[in-house]
Amino acid sequence: MLEMLQFPFIQRALVAGILISTSASFYSIFVVQRRISYIGSGLAHAAFGGVALGLLLGFSPVLTAIPFTLIVGILTVYLQEKSKISADSIIGILYSISVALGIIFLALKENYTADAYNYLFGSILTVNTDDVYISIVLFFITVFVFLMLWKNWAYATFDREMAKADRLPVLRDDYILMIMTSITIVVAIKIVGVILITAYVVIPGSFSRLISNKFRDMTFVSIAFGILTSIIGLFVSYELDLPSGAVIIVIQSIIFGFTLVLNKFRFNS
Amino acid sequence: MDVALKVDSLSVYLNKLHILRDLSFELPVGEYMAIVGPNGSGKTTLLKTVLGLISATDGRIKVFGNDISEHNSKISYVPQVKTLDRTFPAQSIELVLSGLNKKWSFSISKTEKKLAYEMLEKLSASHLADKQLNKLSGGELQRVYLARCLITNPSILLLDEPATGIDLVCEKSVNHIIAEYNKNFNTTIIMVTHDWSAAYHHTSYTLLLNKQQVYFGPSDKAFTDLNLQRTFSHMGHDHGIKFGLKEISNA
Repeated sequence: MLEMLQFPFIQRALVAGILISTSASFYSIFVVQRRISYIGSGLAHAAFGGVALGLLLGFSPVLTAIPFTLIVGILTVYLQEKSKISADSIIGILYSISVALGIIFLALKENYTADAYNYLFGSILTVNTDDVYISIVLFFITVFVFLMLWKNWAYATFDREMAKADRLPVLRDDYILMIMTSITIVVAIKIVGVILITAYVVIPGSFSRLISNKFRDMTFVSIAFGILTSIIGLFVSYELDLPSGAVIIVIQSIIFGFTLVLNKFRFNS
Repeated sequence: MDVALKVDSLSVYLNKLHILRDLSFELPVGEYMAIVGPNGSGKTTLLKTVLGLISATDGRIKVFGNDISEHNSKISYVPQVKTLDRTFPAQSIELVLSGLNKKWSFSISKTEKKLAYEMLEKLSASHLADKQLNKLSGGELQRVYLARCLITNPSILLLDEPATGIDLVCEKSVNHIIAEYNKNFNTTIIMVTHDWSAAYHHTSYTLLLNKQQVYFGPSDKAFTDLNLQRTFSHMGHDHGIKFGLKEISNA
């Protein structure tokens, strides 16, 4: 099994996979605890529009997907704050527009099938050097915001009103969280794929919630879970020649399900 | 007379609805005030306006003679117990320290731990320090929230229905703790409550509210039949509300 590590594409996928899963699993705890997993789904679909635009124009799909997703993410926070429409309705409308645009972009491009398939389902073969660089930058920004904002985000996640009463810049922090989650989702698409990316930012946080008594522990458990399952997933994906995203999510789901059942037993006994 | 809280012609509109209409009162330092009114009377809105979470549409609020933003660190707030997100993984000590640090604690120093334990001890709740928040009863949680506020040594303590969601024994004990704290530390306390009896027995001032100010003044003169009818009844009929002050006074 270890001989596959000599392949540069596996090395790239592993490095990118570990770094991206660290970021995704970090933001996952806030997505889960704030009950905004529908936003993960919305952002993923928004990313689809951007990816399709990139494929159509021949640019790197990550670069076109980031602004697309950011616009949807920022609009969601803005409209949530200012509009009377509920957040899930806003996301529903925005991501439908984005998917509709994506379908039109793909229809305009000839021979799009293989590329689109890779972005929809994730493929370790497509991770190139640029993606590794992007994931390194994302990783360091995530470490930075972790150090700067974890305490704010955790407090506002626990009780938004109390954090506001203590004059924390809750809205500014919401925007930063949404921007970072959007970027992470786009960068993770190559490995996990548009369709399964929501699970990638929901399962690590949900799993860690099951076994953590403190929010700090939840943070570390989520990150460790994300990294470990991504590594195992990439290896299994290579060995069985299956899409990496699906394999990672299946592994995460099995561990999550198993822990959930164990927890029930422990609770009942 | 030093004034802790001055509310001057305060009106608040939210989503084009008139929630508070032309309130004006002055609460002296060290007093314990109850805000009493039916559901939807604007009690929590008033509390949130004092906290600076909601902006006044008209009028102004002064805390110790200054605008709210300048004196925020002196105001501490106990939300309703029922608003707690019980899925959030946390221990009581972390909640207490969030009052001190105004952020969530990533790690807890020995000094912080000692401070939190001392404060919980004062509220007979130090045994709760390492307990999970979702395992606490309403009364226990109320004590932890109180410890969270008192650790900051606030000049004004705002309480949103502290007796809601806790049993009668705990309620009496929490009411007693708050009254004692008010007496011992000269802290100004403002409590939103449905409980006329608690307001009558424990507080020195009462604001009767039904979107507009029905009464502001000493609590022992607040609960007349007429005032309560004006506070709790719809326009035009009185629901036959009587406070029964005599029975309470004789008891």
